[in-house]
Amino acid sequence: MMSLESIPIQAFLIISSALFCIGIWGLLNSRNAVRVLMSIELMLNAVNINLMSFSSYVDNNLIQGQVFTIFVITVAAAEAAVGLAILLSLYRNRVTIDMESFNLLKW
Amino acid sequence: MSIAITTQIICFTILSLVILIGALGVVLLESIVYSAFLLGGVFMSVAGLYLLLNASFVAAAQVLVYVGAVNVLIIFAIMLVNKKEDLKPINDIKSRRIISTSICLTLLSLLIRVDLTNVWSLSSPQNSIGEESTIRIGEHLFSDYLLPFEVASVLLLMAMIGAIVLARRDVMSKDISTGLPVDQELLEKPSEQLLTNKN
Repeated sequence: MMSLESIPIQAFLIISSALFCIGIWGLLNSRNAVRVLMSIELMLNAVNINLMSFSSYVDNNLIQGQVFTIFVITVAAAEAAVGLAILLSLYRNRVTIDMESFNLLKW
Repeated sequence: MSIAITTQIICFTILSLVILIGALGVVLLESIVYSAFLLGGVFMSVAGLYLLLNASFVAAAQVLVYVGAVNVLIIFAIMLVNKKEDLKPINDIKSRRIISTSICLTLLSLLIRVDLTNVWSLSSPQNSIGEESTIRIGEHLFSDYLLPFEVASVLLLMAMIGAIVLARRDVMSKDISTGLPVDQELLEKPSEQLLTNKN
């Protein structure tokens, strides 16, 4: 076995791809609206891992990927706050958080 | 990075196992409370990965924002809306599961193929600024990323106001216990609940 200098970037990318796909699966298959929000957070984290690994392996002097990650974290926090507020107001109006019953905008 | 390569590999393996198993638990577990706590574990492990990538500031931000704010917010939301309800069965649930799982597996195989076959032009580790990344992030935020930085603050303000407006409880016109009208001089009129009886 050849000796490694550091962990290959592919390992980080594969972890991030798997996390992203798990997030998509949860997004498509959850019936609880809170779980849908959690799946979106998982997908955002997968994107962040991707940005961070490229920032560390490809652009390790300017590290623009880390700055992007900080902006993504900011937007994710705002998204979580607004999403949960929408969820609370939906729950107050329809007394359920089942995704299948939110069909008001469906033709 | 001054940690030996063996230690790095061991840490990476443990962290990625925690991430993948935790994420599967988040989407698969029945109890939503367990999912929320597992999500906190996933966020912590992602912060560990950032530490392995020489990014201590982003790791700290990840722990503060995700574990400290987003996860607590999710747990609060679960406690506010956690009602046991009997979900209506969906008739074509099986075909839906099959289609979505196959889409996810196809996407996963595509992504992994791209990850493994592409030749990444990695830069030399001599260029690495290592532990000075926090200083470099500060320089970026106040020079070439100044406009996005300011726009992000406006975005946070808008999200805060929007969340307050959306989540505000409508005011009752009568006091529930006594039945007397409530003094509402400073409060808005209650909005009608339009959707309660609709299904």
